[in-house]
Amino acid sequence: MRRNTIVSIIIAAIFVFSLVALAQPLFGRDAMRLGLDLKGGVHLVYRADLTGIEKGKEAEAIDGAIAVIERRINILGVVEPVIQKQGTDRIVVELPGISEADRAKRLIGQTALLEFRELVTNEKGEQTWVPATGTVGGQKKELTSAYFKQNTYVSTDDFGRVLLVFEWNEEGSVLSGQITERLIGKPLGIYLSGEPMLGDDGNPIAPIVRSKITDRGQIEGLSLAEATELAKLLNAGRIPVPLAPIYEQTVSPTLGADFVDMSVKAGIIGVVLVMLFMIAYYRLSGFLASLALLFYGVLVLAIFKLIPVTLTLAGLGGFILSLGMAVDANILIFERLKEELWQGRTLGAAIEAGFNRAWTAIWDSNVTTFIVCGILYWLGSSVAASAPVKGFAATLFIGVAVSMFTAIVVTRTLMRLFVGTGLAGKLSLFSSYVRKE
Amino acid sequence: MINITGKRFWFFVISLVFILVSLLSLFTFGLKTGIEFTSGSMLTIDFEQKVEQPQLTAELANLGYTDVIIQRTGAGDYLIRTPELNADKKKALEEGLAAKFGKLTETEFDSVSPMIAGETAQNAVIAVAIASIGILLYLTWAFRRMPHPIRYGTCAVIALVHDAFIALGVFSILGGILNWQVNLMFITGILTIIGYSVNNIVVIFDRIRENLRLGISPDFEVVVNSSLIETLGRSLNTIITTLITVFALMFFVGASIQNFVVVLVVGLIAGTFDSICVAPMLLVTWDKKEWGKFVSWLPFAARAKG
Repeated sequence: MRRNTIVSIIIAAIFVFSLVALAQPLFGRDAMRLGLDLKGGVHLVYRADLTGIEKGKEAEAIDGAIAVIERRINILGVVEPVIQKQGTDRIVVELPGISEADRAKRLIGQTALLEFRELVTNEKGEQTWVPATGTVGGQKKELTSAYFKQNTYVSTDDFGRVLLVFEWNEEGSVLSGQITERLIGKPLGIYLSGEPMLGDDGNPIAPIVRSKITDRGQIEGLSLAEATELAKLLNAGRIPVPLAPIYEQTVSPTLGADFVDMSVKAGIIGVVLVMLFMIAYYRLSGFLASLALLFYGVLVLAIFKLIPVTLTLAGLGGFILSLGMAVDANILIFERLKEELWQGRTLGAAIEAGFNRAWTAIWDSNVTTFIVCGILYWLGSSVAASAPVKGFAATLFIGVAVSMFTAIVVTRTLMRLFVGTGLAGKLSLFSSYVRKE
Repeated sequence: MINITGKRFWFFVISLVFILVSLLSLFTFGLKTGIEFTSGSMLTIDFEQKVEQPQLTAELANLGYTDVIIQRTGAGDYLIRTPELNADKKKALEEGLAAKFGKLTETEFDSVSPMIAGETAQNAVIAVAIASIGILLYLTWAFRRMPHPIRYGTCAVIALVHDAFIALGVFSILGGILNWQVNLMFITGILTIIGYSVNNIVVIFDRIRENLRLGISPDFEVVVNSSLIETLGRSLNTIITTLITVFALMFFVGASIQNFVVVLVVGLIAGTFDSICVAPMLLVTWDKKEWGKFVSWLPFAARAKG
């Protein structure tokens, strides 16, 4: 009995601790960590084309690209973005809670490389735009925004027209000088990510060069919003490698919030029905198992918050499923208990025998679920498209593991507490078909 | 005492009917695979006005998308599966639909490139293979003390394969009628169900072993029958509590895990049937060596039904 008192105190302490952990920030965790599908947001995976990169410099190029993406994302003001390298040539970008998914993709997808092109006539007599080149240090180089200083800004001229003002760095200044000198009186085409840059009026921007430009230039014709975004992008630097999107998942934030509400509703209704069923069928034992189930729910949620486990919709599904599975251990025990009572044992002896004999079956019956969870977790971690699988495996594993503890330790302790009271005499409270003495 | 084992041939007939229907459906409809395995894009669109599926199909064809799969979700949204869309194509598609059907909201968008799809399919196969080996090893270990470990193991495996096969069959039918697709969560559901069903079979077999040791009857069939009855309460109650939570998920969450939850429902019910009415009955039939008797009984069953 003394041992039981100690166990009861420990259980009560865990319960209080779990409630506290859920109710307020603890160990620096202030809220459940929700996955993208519940919070809404964008999950993107890019593959970097490293063919143009020198051998041995690949990692540097990827890190550079990540740094630029981070700066660009900051323009959006996303809370807790995740931008990381995966494998050797992939970059994962997670932007939780944003509603402007398309804008985010555009910001990341653009190499933000402005190219300057000149109009030439080819052999067939057709006019085409080709990159404008100059020579620096004996090398022929194309004129691009790679030579911009990172202080591009937006201004307006005396007539209120929007200007994007940029400044050439040393190399750019030499190139620009050579090219603009050559093109005086001719148009200079501006290309954005390989496409002609369109002005606010929908026409390509290709101003006529009026004088040699060496230090700073300006582009006019953009709308204020476009110019502002472009200035920010240019200042964030350019991505050193071409990136191709290979996986994308976008969930609208409102849908995510709906999912959370629906899952909470499903969880509560599921638990209440399971409890009602257990009480109806197993009476007092069922009531005690229901208390253990509540304890189980609170403890598992506290564990999710403290680890923390990123909760996805499938993960919540795994948790709700585990609520139903958790009582299996109790059912095994209570069925045993009934049999023991049927054979005429006293309640105390029947409880001990029931728990002891059911233990192997409980352990055996959970092993396979553990095996499957382990494999699913691996599957979920190994491929880009399977984040929900990982969430499901994690919550189901934790759920089943904790359920073994609560079903055995918590329910047994509660039942032992009852053996000492007057209720113990009424065996009908424990089983509907007890042998009449 | 209720005689469950005595009805074993009837259970086999039910089981055969399910297998035949599944086979038939797999041959006619096949399985529709999701974008995770075959690449492409999936849009979830919520139209403000009521839009019927044939109208949507027609308009999509009009916009140049003839090769689309449309599924209506429980919430009334449409899942539209297209070849891989880039940002421009997606914008054009949404604008086209909005022009025809009025305001719409894109609640979800997924796009998977062939490279990722290939990896996903490959890793899913690996996962299924490892899970099967893991479960076989577990079964070998769990049945090591049984009188005929091979028999018990084989009957359990047949029941599990049967369970997975019925889930596949149901999804093939749902795919054929409602365009439901087999995705990664489907595989997850199947593995979860198999992991869960193994338990039920093990609990029942464990009881058979115990009763054999107690020597409750010289007749194996009687031993199996009483073992089934003794564990019936547990088997049914466990499935009931699990189904309660799964149904709660199905009715209140649905949406993107709808297909997954349906796999769980189908698999749980089939798994319970298998663990009570298939695996132990196979054991009895094997013990009595009455395979021939079952075959010659079949025409009688057909007459009795007719």
